[in-house]
Amino acid sequence: MAEADDRGRARGTDGDPGMSAPDERRGTAPGGGRFRVWEKGSGPRVGYFAGLLGLPRWLPFLDALARTRRVVAPSLPGTPGGADWEDLDSHLDWALASGDAWFGAGLDGADLIGASAGGALAAEVAALWPRSVRRLVLIGPLGLFEPSDPISDVFAQRPGAYAPLVSNRPAEVEAYVRADSNDANEVVEWDIAQQRTRNAAARYLWPLGDTRVRRRLPRITCPTLIIWGDDDRVMSRAYATRFAEAIAGEVKITLIAGAGHMADFDQPQAVAEAVEAFLAR
Amino acid sequence: MKICWFHLMPYTELPEDFKEKHPGVWVEVDSSLFDPARAHVMYNDFMDELEYAGAQGFDAICVNEHHSNGYGLMPSPNLIASSLARRTKDTMLCVMGNSLALYNPPIRVAEEFAMIDVISGGRMIAGFPVGTPMDTCYAYSQNPSLLRPRYYEAIDLIKRAWEEPKPFAYNGRFNQYRYVNIWPRPIQKPRPPVWVPGSGSVETWRMCAENDFVYAYLSYWGYKSGIQVMKGFWDEMKAMGVEPNPYHAGFLQAVGVAETRAEAVKLYAEPANYFYNRCLHLDPKFTQPPGYTSEATVRARLDSQIVKAAAQATLARPANAEMDNILEKGHVIIGSPDEVADQLREVAVNLNVGHLMLLLQFGNMSKEVTNYNTRLFAEKVMPQIHGLFDDKWEDHWWPKPMTAAERVAPMAIPA
Repeated sequence: MAEADDRGRARGTDGDPGMSAPDERRGTAPGGGRFRVWEKGSGPRVGYFAGLLGLPRWLPFLDALARTRRVVAPSLPGTPGGADWEDLDSHLDWALASGDAWFGAGLDGADLIGASAGGALAAEVAALWPRSVRRLVLIGPLGLFEPSDPISDVFAQRPGAYAPLVSNRPAEVEAYVRADSNDANEVVEWDIAQQRTRNAAARYLWPLGDTRVRRRLPRITCPTLIIWGDDDRVMSRAYATRFAEAIAGEVKITLIAGAGHMADFDQPQAVAEAVEAFLAR
Repeated sequence: MKICWFHLMPYTELPEDFKEKHPGVWVEVDSSLFDPARAHVMYNDFMDELEYAGAQGFDAICVNEHHSNGYGLMPSPNLIASSLARRTKDTMLCVMGNSLALYNPPIRVAEEFAMIDVISGGRMIAGFPVGTPMDTCYAYSQNPSLLRPRYYEAIDLIKRAWEEPKPFAYNGRFNQYRYVNIWPRPIQKPRPPVWVPGSGSVETWRMCAENDFVYAYLSYWGYKSGIQVMKGFWDEMKAMGVEPNPYHAGFLQAVGVAETRAEAVKLYAEPANYFYNRCLHLDPKFTQPPGYTSEATVRARLDSQIVKAAAQATLARPANAEMDNILEKGHVIIGSPDEVADQLREVAVNLNVGHLMLLLQFGNMSKEVTNYNTRLFAEKVMPQIHGLFDDKWEDHWWPKPMTAAERVAPMAIPA
C-alpha cells in the first residue's frame, strides 16, 4: 500500500519547529499484515492510537510526551502507514486488528493513549486484554451514542465545516492534512491516503459512532484518565461521565481549557502535562 | 429503438422559497412541507399518467426508488409497479430499480420482482441500482464502504435465486441462508432482463459487460453532459471485446413537446425551473459519504481523462439553473415535434443508446400538461424515431412476455 507520511514535519501546528523525526519501523500482525510504527523519546513506553485523521505527520503533543516517555505510535488499519482495512467488517474484526497493532508494536504491558476514533479502539484493547494495559488515557473517545444527547455527525459535513467542528485551530487542522509537495503524483497519493483514513474510520463508526464498546467497558480494570476539551463540539461532556461510570477501574476526568474535540491537537502542552502526571503515579 | 416513459413522482408543491429557506430536498427534507391529502392526489395523478403513457404506445413505463426525498415519492417502486401491472396491458414495466443493499434479505427483491413478472405476464425489467449516497448511506444508514460489496453479493444471490432450479445454501460475506428457494418464479427465463442505472463508474461498466446487463446513464443533466460518460462506456466495451449494440445502453432525458417551440417554452419553463431549482436542491453534506466511492474509482477518475470528465459532468451541477441555461446545455429538450425528434435522434445516435428513458413529467408539471406532452410525443415524435437501430441490431435486453392471448385481463367489476 502506498504511504503518505511526513515524518518530523509539524507544519500547520504550533509545534517546535525543531521537532525531530520519530524513528520508524514495521510492526507485524498475525497473518502477516505490516504496519508503520513511529516512536520517539526514552523512558517507560506509552502507546498512542490516533484519531479520525490518523497520524499523517508527527504531532507536538507526542513530541512533548517524548520528553519523559518512549512514545510508540502504531498505525491502525486504513490510516497512513496502516495495514489493509477493507476486510474488517465487524467490531470484533476492528478490536482484534487494534490488538494486533498493540501487540505487534511490542506494547504489551505499556500505557495506552487513544484519541477520538482511536480512543474507541484503545478502550477495546484495554477491555479485551486487561492485563496488557498498565494505564489507559482516553482523549475525547468515540464509541458511545446516547439518542437524547446525540454526538455530531462528523461525516456529513459541508465543505470547510469539518475542521471548525473538531478543533479550535481549524486552519492548522487543514494544514495538518494537506499535501506538502510539488509532485502531482505525491499529492494524489497523499490525498488518497487521507480519504482512506476517513473511509476506514467510517467503516467502524457508521452511522452513529456507537461501536457497542459500552458493554465491554466493565472489563477495563486499569486506572483510566479521561481527557475532554472543554469546548468539544462533537460530544457533550456527559460522554466523559458515561465512559467513567461504565469502566470498572478507577477513573479521573480532566477538562482541558481552550480545546475542542481534538484536545491533544488544540492544547498539546496542557494535555501532555495532564497525561504525564497521570502516568507518573 | 425503445422509448420508455419514466416517472420520478416529485412532490409538486414545494414552496417558492424552498431553495432559500431549506437546506435540501433529501434526507433532512422538512416534513412539515408534506401534505398527505395533497400527496393522495399526486400519487393517483402520477399513476394515471404512467398508465396513460402505456396506453399511448410507449414501450415501457418506468418507476424508481428514493427515500426521504421531496422529488421522488417512491420508497417502494414495487408497490406502484404491481398496481401498474393490473391497469396496463402491453407496455413493459421497468422498475429502475431496487437498491439491492437496502433489502434484507436481498432475496426479497428476487421474490417481489418475480411477483411483478408473473402478475404482468412477463413484462418486467429489473433495475439494479447501487443507490445514491442520500438514499443508502444517510436515509437508510448503510455503511458507505460496504454498500458496493453488499450490492455485488446481492446481485449474485438474486440471480441464483431466479435461475437455480433447486433449493441451495448461500454462504456469503453478508448473507447466510440455509435454504434459498423462492416462490413464485419469474415467467422470463432464465430471468427478467437486468438494467443498471449508473453515474459513470468504471466498475459498473465492467460489471454490466460481464453480466450482460444494460447500462443506463441516469443523469438529470441531459445529453451534452452524457456524451463523455457514454463515450467512456463504449470505449470500455470495445476494450472488453463487447459489440457496440445500442440496446446495451440506456439514457435518461427530460423532454417537453408542443406544437411550436414558443408554446413549448411557455408550457415547460416553469416545471423545468421547479425541477432544477427546487427538486434538485441538494445539501452538499450528504453527497459524499466516506467510502461510497471506491478507491479504485477515485484513482480511475484521477488517472483517466474520460472518466474524470464523466465525473465532472455528473458533479458539475449549476448553482442556479436558469431557463436559458437549462435549454442551452441540453438538460431539457423542448420544441416542436420535429425539433424534438431531430434532437432525440442526434442523442440516440451520438450516444449510441437504444433505450431512451424520457421524463415527460418533471417538476411541478400538471397532469393535464403531462398528458398533453405524452400524447403529442406518442403521435408526432415517436413515429419519427421508433425505427432507429432496428435494421441493424436486436434488443437482447428486452422482456419476453407471454403472448397477448395467453395473458389475462382484470375482471370488469360491475358498478
